Amino acid sequence: MRITRQKTKPVAMPLRLQLSKRDRQMLKKLSLAVLISAGLATGAMAAGGAGKVKDKAFSFEGPFGTYDTNQLQRGLQVYTEVCAACHGLKFVPMRTLSDPGGPELPEEQMKAYVEQFLVADEGANMHLYDAEEDELRALAPTDNFPAVESAGAPDLSMIAKARAGFHGPYGLGINQFFKGMGGPEYIYSLLTGYTGEEKEEAGVTLYENTAFPGGWISMAPPLYGDDVEFADGHDTDISHLSQDVSAFLMWTAEPKLNDRKQTGFIAVFFLLVLTVLLYLTNKRLWAPIKRKEQA
Amino acid sequence: MAGIPHDHYEPKSGPEKWLHKRLPIAGLMYDTLMIPTPKNLNWMWIWGIVLTFCLVLQIVTGIVLVMHYTPHVDYAFSSIEHIMRNVNGGHMIRYLHMNGASLFFVAVYAHIFRGLYYGSYKAPREITWIIGMLIYLLMMGTAFMGYVLPWGQMSFWGATVITGLFGAIPGIGEPIQTWLLGGPAVDNATLNRFFSLHYLLPFVIAGLVAVHIWAFHTTGNNNPTGVEVRRGSKEEAEKDTVPFWPYFVIKDLFALALIMAIFFAIVGFMPNYLGHPDNYIEANALATPAHIVPEWYFLPFYAILRAITFDVLFLDAKFLGVLAMFGAIAVMALAPWLDTSSVRSGRYRPMFKWWFLILVIDFFVLMWAGAQPAEGLVPTISLLGTVYWFAYFLVILPLLGVIEKPLPRPATIEEDFDAHYPPKDKASGDAAAAPAE
Repeated sequence: MRITRQKTKPVAMPLRLQLSKRDRQMLKKLSLAVLISAGLATGAMAAGGAGKVKDKAFSFEGPFGTYDTNQLQRGLQVYTEVCAACHGLKFVPMRTLSDPGGPELPEEQMKAYVEQFLVADEGANMHLYDAEEDELRALAPTDNFPAVESAGAPDLSMIAKARAGFHGPYGLGINQFFKGMGGPEYIYSLLTGYTGEEKEEAGVTLYENTAFPGGWISMAPPLYGDDVEFADGHDTDISHLSQDVSAFLMWTAEPKLNDRKQTGFIAVFFLLVLTVLLYLTNKRLWAPIKRKEQA
Repeated sequence: MAGIPHDHYEPKSGPEKWLHKRLPIAGLMYDTLMIPTPKNLNWMWIWGIVLTFCLVLQIVTGIVLVMHYTPHVDYAFSSIEHIMRNVNGGHMIRYLHMNGASLFFVAVYAHIFRGLYYGSYKAPREITWIIGMLIYLLMMGTAFMGYVLPWGQMSFWGATVITGLFGAIPGIGEPIQTWLLGGPAVDNATLNRFFSLHYLLPFVIAGLVAVHIWAFHTTGNNNPTGVEVRRGSKEEAEKDTVPFWPYFVIKDLFALALIMAIFFAIVGFMPNYLGHPDNYIEANALATPAHIVPEWYFLPFYAILRAITFDVLFLDAKFLGVLAMFGAIAVMALAPWLDTSSVRSGRYRPMFKWWFLILVIDFFVLMWAGAQPAEGLVPTISLLGTVYWFAYFLVILPLLGVIEKPLPRPATIEEDFDAHYPPKDKASGDAAAAPAE
């Protein structure tokens, strides 16, 4: 399933449906049913054992790792042109695309991006409904990315924190301590983990995937390589695209990561200085009591 | 206070005398801060100040979080994301609060096991111990309800499983469960009352902490020897103690600063390490997570809860599990009356030491077992761990007091201290032992 998205203004969109209230309710019910069955399916599959997750190196790993702005911009493009058709980012405010420590789009570019962004699922974004015009109003930078529920696919806002790529060993949590929780690695492994095998189960096509718990996923392979074209000519093979979009999704999940690490570093540094000072104070204070030479 | 003779506050200036006649608050603060403290306290006596700090941290960060949080099933999850994304510094405050709960429990477990090893629960400190156990229970309640507030998948399903425990009580269980939840299932009513109580209980804890401190300031601190401070005269007492300020305040602050450095490293560099990824998925009553686990600090008792897999007579396994879980804390609270040994400190109890070590290992084994799916060997390991937990308090502690031959103890705290820090000159040893300044 490949989706090429047109870059047109929302008003000119042929895709926009004029839905009556009843239709919208029907759609909501339908998408709920899809969601439920998807939920049940994942629950059953999770019991089938964990998939294989590759430990891909990302720029934001470790205490000093930060986001790679260019990579986040490429990831944003992959999300916009491929993922956004089925997956929403409903918790992510669009204006944050310009925030420091994010994709850092220049403000004008961010505004143009927001204006052109297509709402893939009208029923799930009724807060944008304009009764006078009887259609959804255009997105503004203060809006969040639209939700997409019609495809029954999970929202991706926090997906990189909602999945753990690494476990154990023996439930001891040692791997997570050294490698991190492995959310972005899981996404990368999932996107590059399709074997090409397919099967039909209860009328649903499932695709074999080495990273997905249980081994069979209902999402068709979203990336094949060369799905997008980068302005800077960066590699567009499936591995690079997957890395870029995984990094972008880590940013959507944890937009304040750079800030947080900096705060952590400053706090730890000053606390260690304080610790040393208190250690020396304490030593000196107790010296007469412990009959030691004063420092 | 403390029954240990020491200097008391004397109002000197006019305004001080005026205030002291009407409200002796300065005297209370002076006596609290200057309490004679055994000078041989080791590094396991620092957890009290860490715990006090945690309580303040949780209340302060919590109050700020409430300014931006919405306790409603439709908005709770997104209001947390609002805090993480839009509130200035909100992500740090939220992560401090989240990980602050973990630090709180690390400290409380260290504090409890310190008390269990050095016999701090024994007469005359039973009230301190019981109040401490009440604080611990309230902490667990508060932490549990706080974990529900983000309304993630683990919040919702954790709440469903734990409130379901009350449903296991024969006969009256279901009405009680419905009453607790405010409806037939975990829903908006549950979220609202948990929010209300999560805000209330920390202040109840703060009150109990004051009583906890009052109680041990009345009996005086225990210490690693378990030998009481001499109270015959002020001079005698001063050979065993130093005033809390500045000696222990500075020592405790040093320890606190080091622990804070580690804490901020976790908050800054790996804030989600101790959490569960599923809690970043919004609660969904229609999709049960494959594996429901509580936060790490509940795991030992969660393992005990799941350890009973068989019915006994007319009592079913689930209800027995609930009894075992609450019983495990109850037997710990009864330790002052179950321990028959006349010796306080584990340091002078050659057999007790080993049984205590096994208890600590047992605690960690249960913690591990609580995190595993209940299959294969896990239920058996949980059951063995549970049996040992109860045996330690109900069989080993009462028996050891009778069969164990304790090692010789130092006669005074001064003797113990001098053994570690020998006086330079034997002749002037006594003079040097008195605190300087």
